[in-house]
Amino acid sequence: MKKSFKIEVDCANCAAKVENIIKEIEGVEDATVSFMTQKLSIKAPEEKMAGIIEEAVKRVAKADPDTVIYVK
Amino acid sequence: MTKKQKKMLTRIVCAALLYALALLLPVPEPVRLALFVTAYLIVAWNVLYKAVRNIGNGQVFDENFLMAVASLGAFALGEHSEAVAVMLFYQVGEWFQDYAVNRSRKSVSSLMDLRPDYANIETGDGLEQVDPEEIEEGTVIVVKPGERVPLDGVVISGTSRLDTSALTGESVPRQIKEGDEVISGCINESGLLRVKVTKEFENSTVARILDLVENSAEKKSRSEAFITKFAKYYTPVVVFSALALAILPPLFTGIGQLEVWKQWIYRALTFLVISCPCALVLSVPLSFFGGIGGASRKGILIKGGNYLEALCQVKVLAMDKTGTLTKGTFEVQKTVPEEGFSAEEVLAYAASAENYSDHPIAVSLKEAAGEAKLEAKDVEETAGHGVKASVNGHEVLVGNRKLLEKYGIACKDAENDLGTVVYVAFDGRYAGHILIADTIKEEAKEAVAALKREGIRETVLLSGDNKRTAEAVCRELGVDACEAELLPADKVSALEKRMSGLKETEKLAFVGDGINDAPVLMRSDVGIAMGALGSDAAIEAADIVLMDDKVTKIAEAIRIARKTSRIVYENIWFAIGIKVLVLLLSAFGLTNMWWAVFADVGVAFLCVLNAMRCLNA
Repeated sequence: MKKSFKIEVDCANCAAKVENIIKEIEGVEDATVSFMTQKLSIKAPEEKMAGIIEEAVKRVAKADPDTVIYVK
Repeated sequence: MTKKQKKMLTRIVCAALLYALALLLPVPEPVRLALFVTAYLIVAWNVLYKAVRNIGNGQVFDENFLMAVASLGAFALGEHSEAVAVMLFYQVGEWFQDYAVNRSRKSVSSLMDLRPDYANIETGDGLEQVDPEEIEEGTVIVVKPGERVPLDGVVISGTSRLDTSALTGESVPRQIKEGDEVISGCINESGLLRVKVTKEFENSTVARILDLVENSAEKKSRSEAFITKFAKYYTPVVVFSALALAILPPLFTGIGQLEVWKQWIYRALTFLVISCPCALVLSVPLSFFGGIGGASRKGILIKGGNYLEALCQVKVLAMDKTGTLTKGTFEVQKTVPEEGFSAEEVLAYAASAENYSDHPIAVSLKEAAGEAKLEAKDVEETAGHGVKASVNGHEVLVGNRKLLEKYGIACKDAENDLGTVVYVAFDGRYAGHILIADTIKEEAKEAVAALKREGIRETVLLSGDNKRTAEAVCRELGVDACEAELLPADKVSALEKRMSGLKETEKLAFVGDGINDAPVLMRSDVGIAMGALGSDAAIEAADIVLMDDKVTKIAEAIRIARKTSRIVYENIWFAIGIKVLVLLLSAFGLTNMWWAVFADVGVAFLCVLNAMRCLNA
């Protein structure tokens, strides 16, 4: 399944960095962060999604504290 | 300007004033230093704070950290004015990028400002405004003049003109009357319309378009992948080179001499200033975003940067015939009367005899004849041949040659490749013939020529129609190759055959009206659906959606793609070129920190300005 979130990223390079961080989380099939549209989308199996989102928020907060993911 | 930007601008201006005072006023050295430090702190405190915080998280290649080291290092070396300048210009650059990004976001979202705020529904006492998302299929809504049509539907009463420019880029308004379909996002110009909703909001045209544009940023181009990968290695390489530059040369040339150390550390610091790749990484998505936004303003929706890029490489363009190059409706092209008859008479006899038929040929005859119909009786239809009828008491035959031969009437062979010929006989005498064909779109010939000018090597017609008709259309329009009598599955294999003959860097695009082309649209490198307003399957299957059915938009889309791509390449090579050049010159001590500031901020500035050009495609 695919899920999209609003994300606040400060620069294009940060967006690329955040994208890589999320891609490395186990279970993530694909992830994109668009700097221009400020949108994060994650593709992952449904049963793992909740865990992945939680992990993504945690890892991103650590590596790039200026980035905010809005989990609905 | 946002609040954040205003605050930053104030800081930049204050720091710049203090900086100018420090440079110009004849004050004693300690005062000057104090002014520099104050200016520095005003403009740099957030960078310093982030540097400390991020380094705590192990982010060594964080740009805040690198800029902090570079500027503080310059302070330590006694280069006070350069230290402040580096940070000042860095912040100016950041501010400008932020401003540019915001502006292009705004200008794209304003042209995508299709979302209706409300829909009017009729209640016992007048109209009530309701959220369009709450309205169900079948509800009757009222659209007042000047309002945006909130949901797709059918007009049940009223006439008006609709401004479709927000969707199609077409400025001529469309006439709308009872029974016509209206599409959400259009603006009702003149009359009051009552519309029966046929699609709920989430399936409406507006919702689909917004969805498509919002998701286009997810499909990233190869250039963007390249540049983010480049950035991933660029910064560490530059930082390690800086480290090596600061340590290795002094070790060998003057390990005990402070001046030598200072000189090499200074060069290393200029490296750090150039190490930030952000402008480079920004300019690529900014360009694609602008290109896609600019195209959507013209009614060309592109589903991602990757398709924009692929469109530049298209060498072969395959096209569907009916609905793409032709209007898909049968029309009387010409009427050729025999001696003793006028064209109007022949048409009127034919239309009157066919008056009770719903066959497409009959419909087009009736349309062409208009009001000039006569009374017809005793209509006899012979399947596969035509009809015999008594019109105003005269025996009229309307049909193919076989019909006239059956009644022993000699007629000329008027067979035509473009369409169907209808023969007419009047009281046992051959009266003339009428050519009925699918009309080629007016702009089709010009569109094919424009494609050639845009560098399309070969145009191919893939048609399910008979060979003669397809070939005639090709000849008429100057299409290079023709494959006819194809079933939908044959189209896919014909496409695959052509694709296998292409080089790696050459792409094939297919244009169709999307009604039964979905498999072909999906299979081609770039699938272009046209006239897609309201056709969900086409919007789903295509990579590029043309909102109206103008063939000329294809060449236009290619032109926009080329321009965007060119700007992206200009930016990539310009930025990398300048950075590498300044790095090399710095290593040999031929530059100073001012050069480094230009290679960082100046390059960013120029790249962003260049990228903004994509918006005005």
